[in-house]
Amino acid sequence: MQIAVRRIDKTTILDVSGDIDLASSPEVRKALLRELRVNRIPRVVLNLKEVRYIDSSGVASLVEGLKASRDTGSRFILFGLSSIAREVLQLSRLLKVFEIYDNEEQALGS
Amino acid sequence: MKHRDILLKLELRSNPDLLCAVRGAMERLTEKMGFPEPECRSVTRAVDEAMANIIRHAYGDQRDQPIELTCRRTQRVVNGEPEEGLEILLTDQGAPADPAKMRGRPLDEIRPGGLGLHYIRESMDVMEFTRSDATNQLRLVKYVQPRASTRGS
Repeated sequence: MQIAVRRIDKTTILDVSGDIDLASSPEVRKALLRELRVNRIPRVVLNLKEVRYIDSSGVASLVEGLKASRDTGSRFILFGLSSIAREVLQLSRLLKVFEIYDNEEQALGS
Repeated sequence: MKHRDILLKLELRSNPDLLCAVRGAMERLTEKMGFPEPECRSVTRAVDEAMANIIRHAYGDQRDQPIELTCRRTQRVVNGEPEEGLEILLTDQGAPADPAKMRGRPLDEIRPGGLGLHYIRESMDVMEFTRSDATNQLRLVKYVQPRASTRGS
């Protein structure tokens, strides 16, 4: 799994590629919490277009990001979810809890 | 166990970096057995989550402990008709599971953690956990065309 970071004005976009599983989810968590809690970025956007698999530890990292955004008054946005990623969030009954857009244009225009 | 029924046997270490290899093997095996694509994904997810639970909870994130994964054919009779299935046995020599934690948690709480067991239960027809002689065994079964849920404890 790889994470590339893009910063545009007051937004950070994290482009994640590969599988988010027990081996790699700590890295996702660390990147999210760094942007939200340490850098206090007002809008953090997670690009999941190139993510093929997310396990429960990956979902837990997203929930931690959501909680951090609520604590800091930031926005935490997801876009580009594959059908597999949607399936996992649906299974966790979390699909409606996150702010989700189909693509980057919609996510940044929101 | 009849050896002719064994489809796959893997002896692994409790290293999270190996989970992708297990997922790859399970995806191919479930496809080969004729499961529909969503069930190939859900059975693979169940095995991945079960392995992750062993690594985290039974072995406390130690990366060099043994885990054995055995997949074999099984069969049940439903309304007089045989139904093919996949039985998955996961064994480890780690700490005993806490029965309270094996029950999972309510999903209306928005908090990290505790989702893996829910995924496993949702994916499989049977989930049974036993411990004997300091060995934990998780038995998971998925039938190719399940007509009724027979989920275990």
